[in-house]
Amino acid sequence: MINSLIQFTIDALSLGSLYALMALGLVIVYGILKLVNFAYGELIMVAGYTLYLLNGSPLPWFIMALCAIAVAILTGVATEIVAFRPVRERSVTAVLITSFAFSTLLQNAALLFVSPRSRSIPLPEIFSETVRIADVVVPLRNLMTIACAVLLLAFFALLLRRTILGIALRAAASQFRMARMLGVPANLIISTAFAISGFFAGTVSIFWLGRIGSVVPGIGLEPLLVAFIATVIGGMRSLSGAVIGGYLLAVIDTSLNNFLPQNLLEFRDAFTFSLVIIILLLRPEGLIRGPVSGART
Amino acid sequence: MSILEIKDLQVSYGAVSAVRKIDLAVDRGQLAALLGANGAGKTTTLLAIAGALKPGVGTICFDGEIINGLAPEAILRKGIAMVPETRDVFPDLTVSENLRLGGYIHRKDKHGFRQNIGQMYDLFPILKARSSQPAGTLSGGEQQMLVIARAMMSRPKLLLLDEPSLGLAPTLVNKIFEMIHRLRQTDLTILLVEQNVTKALECAEHAYVLSLGAVAASGRADEIARITDLRSIYLGA
Repeated sequence: MINSLIQFTIDALSLGSLYALMALGLVIVYGILKLVNFAYGELIMVAGYTLYLLNGSPLPWFIMALCAIAVAILTGVATEIVAFRPVRERSVTAVLITSFAFSTLLQNAALLFVSPRSRSIPLPEIFSETVRIADVVVPLRNLMTIACAVLLLAFFALLLRRTILGIALRAAASQFRMARMLGVPANLIISTAFAISGFFAGTVSIFWLGRIGSVVPGIGLEPLLVAFIATVIGGMRSLSGAVIGGYLLAVIDTSLNNFLPQNLLEFRDAFTFSLVIIILLLRPEGLIRGPVSGART
Repeated sequence: MSILEIKDLQVSYGAVSAVRKIDLAVDRGQLAALLGANGAGKTTTLLAIAGALKPGVGTICFDGEIINGLAPEAILRKGIAMVPETRDVFPDLTVSENLRLGGYIHRKDKHGFRQNIGQMYDLFPILKARSSQPAGTLSGGEQQMLVIARAMMSRPKLLLLDEPSLGLAPTLVNKIFEMIHRLRQTDLTILLVEQNVTKALECAEHAYVLSLGAVAASGRADEIARITDLRSIYLGA
């Protein structure tokens, strides 16, 4: 009994950590620009393909992982310059289309220049190691995922609260025009948000592709969907809401995995989404109240 | 000496001309009032000075330099700060974080920042009391003080105030004008847009009355206060 509880907790926490990071990477751009980056999943894809392309090189795996994250960051910034900046001021609809187009572009680039078939990515030996907790065998990778997520979330929270950059990011998220009038450089703030989004995507890809072991051009769709759902149930305006939404979604997924009868397991997603619909019917604005908005006069 | 000189200003929102022809000059250290009915072009004039709007025609000259056409960030660095009438505090940031962001362009000067924020807390003690509260929880009057203090953190030479008394109870209005009076201890120049004509003319040296996008009357504040057809300018009779 206690063993299944430990198993369940670690599964839910490690999956939740991934989902939370996925959601955070998406909401950081949404918070400032009020625009969804549809090419977000592709940031995870390019990180994966970087790992694939570096496979067989003399570099240690850790360096390859850092390169993958760096590529995700650069692609994030490139997304902003290519798909957002030219149309940002003009039309909200145009931005939805350009980011979607950029996503298609990246996916097809992978398809054409690498392969439509899945390609395996190098994984460090440490990912295959296991650890015993009570009577449960736990992949070390899952514990690393949890630790990494906690560190990143703490670091990010500190960045937002303490540094002037973090304050500027939060200000730009609530009143963009006013932030500019105080001299906050608009383009720099936006590019930074995209870079941070890329950083989270890169980190997610290491641990998430580390479970799957391979990458395909369409691999970005599932994280995008997860990030979207986690953000929506958490409350789209709230960063902490996105994190909580991510963990909650993972708890739902893991619970369904464990408790659904065998013949219904293939419909697990249908159950998950039904639960999400119920949550949204009861709390349309999401679980976490958004930031204090509006003046009290 | 005129620190701000505007000649022949014309500003349009698309096809609608909000400012048709404005000439004005403000001397260093002066408080000039910009009066007029709604829609007369007062806020538009301020936005054009601050760089948020581009004038179609005309020149805005600050401290000897032509500034129309510059980006808002550049104009802020030249020493012009605007307090919009919408009282845009950053609601989820604390009072002290709002002030810290106000000093963004001087963020490298840590010592100067500490001095500035100390000065603001002396001038506005209520802000010091509420310094770790989210700005969105402050009352209207407190938020007005916060946005003025925040603008002052950028160390402006010219402060553009857009309707600071809007929506505030009379006792609060007096408080705000007290603050404005105290701000003038340095050689700060203020261009004040106000609906509250009495209060504005009490503290201003010079006043301009706008009507339908042009200057209908201008002169010393006490002269403008005596004009009997001020009402007709406001009501368009």
